[in-house]
Amino acid sequence: MTAQTKATTVTGRHRKPRMSTRDRVTVALMILIPTAVVALLVWLPAIATVVLSFFDWDGFGPFTEAKFVGTKWYVDAATIYPAFWPAVRNNVVWLVVLFFIATPLGLLFAVLLDREVSHTKFYQTSLYLPVVLSMALIGFIWQLMFSRDQGLINALLGTSIDWYGDPSINLYSALIATSWRHVGYVMLLYLAGLKGVDLALKEAARIDGASEVQTFFHVVFPVMFPVNVVVLVITFIDSLRAFDLVWVINRGRNGLELLATEVTRNIVGEAQRIGFGSALATIMLVMSTAFIVIYLRIVMKEDR
Amino acid sequence: MSTAHPVATERRPWTKGRIATHVFLALMTFLWLVPLVYAVLASLRDYQYTAKFGYLSFGGFTIDNYITAWTEGDFARKFLNSAIITIPAVTLTLFFASMVAFVLARFNWKFNIVMLGAFTAGNLLPPQALLIPVFKMFQNFEVPFWFSESGTLLNSYWGLIAVNVGFQVGFCTFVLSNYMKALPKEIYESAMVDGASIWQQYWKLTLPLCRPSLAALATLQITWIYNEFFWATVLLQNGDMFPITSSLTNLSGAFFTDNNLVAAGAVMVALPTVIIYFALQKHFVSGLTLGATKG
Repeated sequence: MTAQTKATTVTGRHRKPRMSTRDRVTVALMILIPTAVVALLVWLPAIATVVLSFFDWDGFGPFTEAKFVGTKWYVDAATIYPAFWPAVRNNVVWLVVLFFIATPLGLLFAVLLDREVSHTKFYQTSLYLPVVLSMALIGFIWQLMFSRDQGLINALLGTSIDWYGDPSINLYSALIATSWRHVGYVMLLYLAGLKGVDLALKEAARIDGASEVQTFFHVVFPVMFPVNVVVLVITFIDSLRAFDLVWVINRGRNGLELLATEVTRNIVGEAQRIGFGSALATIMLVMSTAFIVIYLRIVMKEDR
Repeated sequence: MSTAHPVATERRPWTKGRIATHVFLALMTFLWLVPLVYAVLASLRDYQYTAKFGYLSFGGFTIDNYITAWTEGDFARKFLNSAIITIPAVTLTLFFASMVAFVLARFNWKFNIVMLGAFTAGNLLPPQALLIPVFKMFQNFEVPFWFSESGTLLNSYWGLIAVNVGFQVGFCTFVLSNYMKALPKEIYESAMVDGASIWQQYWKLTLPLCRPSLAALATLQITWIYNEFFWATVLLQNGDMFPITSSLTNLSGAFFTDNNLVAAGAVMVALPTVIIYFALQKHFVSGLTLGATKG
């Protein structure tokens, strides 16, 4: 990269004073050290995950002795591994609930708060408060609500439902806890987005006789396109990498299997199954890549 | 931000629609606060009392849960661990990110866009997808015992700090480079006439001008890294080293859980981030929206 630095400095389109050797070294170090950290801890592991998913490696011997097994682990995941399809299903449910319930609710809060303008500071602060808490902590806070014997919900309803334990409902309990945070996050992003909408646009729509609802859906919402994309991507990626909450509830078992917990179980559990775990991780990687590409295209538009 | 609403202070009549909006928002706010208020209330009550009379009763108030949670959960040690991880991680993240952002904003190179994309994308990858290689790499990365008691980067603060930095640098680089690009180029021209080196331009000129966005990012990063759970759980195996966020599990026993004790622990763990939020709300909110909406 140092060579490239030199070349572009000399042949750069814009006239630029030449940098001294010391400056060139400084620039190279400023960019190389952080790049090395990110490459070593993010990009190389991402590539290694994909490579490992095609090999049978015990994790201890030299990797050169690992056997190439093709797509065996992927076939195993789809056909033999009992937690795979429940995990996929749960991740999809997670996404559907966040996308169709929590995200619109966050948007609704933002629109109402933005419209009211005054006297809304308290609402805004309260609705946003869960966002500063960790998902692990949220799991514990909602345990106080959901606990079978000591929880508030059962005390109020007079029931004795095991909200976190019953495999037929615990996913939805976890989703309530997640949504509690997600709504506030989405609300904040949309509040910022709404503040950026040109008032003249709304005014023009009003003069043309559009109702407030029409104005919102036909004028305001489309204008917020970049925010919509960011919210969409955050919703998808957060659904894909959901982990902390279910891990503190029951380590992602018994109705709470997720792709992220299954990957983790295959490396820090009793048995290390590197190839198999990597295949599951690669599936996550491929899915997230699609959304990362969309995200980058939108947020970096101005740079191109 | 508020300039977009010139009518903000104008007195508007309380129409039915406005009243309905306020009722709805008040109701939702109430619902949103219930878990938090309830956690605080439960933390202040004696277990024997609530076990006997139920949680809808009134009485049995005590602060013993806090004392028990603090000592049994070894909270002093765990808060210290969180500081040991969070402070260097946030400092290094901002240092690295500001350097890269400076170079990318200062020079018009063709690979800038690729670099920025690669940095930003890293922050969005699911950490679990990188777990296996990072885990094996750390396990096999031998370091002297004075550096890490485990002899490898696994089960060491340095490994955890490095991973946090690697993950967060991307987001900060993105935000900072947008901010730096908006700075007038002329300041560098006059600095160069004065013979300032690149490092001086970065350290003495750009960084002080970026103070607002650095403050916003620092607020956000302290919260995020303090809240980080996944990497701490999988990369540290020695319970004594866990940061506070990964330690709450210690308070819930295998067969019996005293929820009032858990509540006291949860309130204490939440306190630092809640205080940061209230004290630095402006920075916090602008940090998040800076990244998502380009200011």
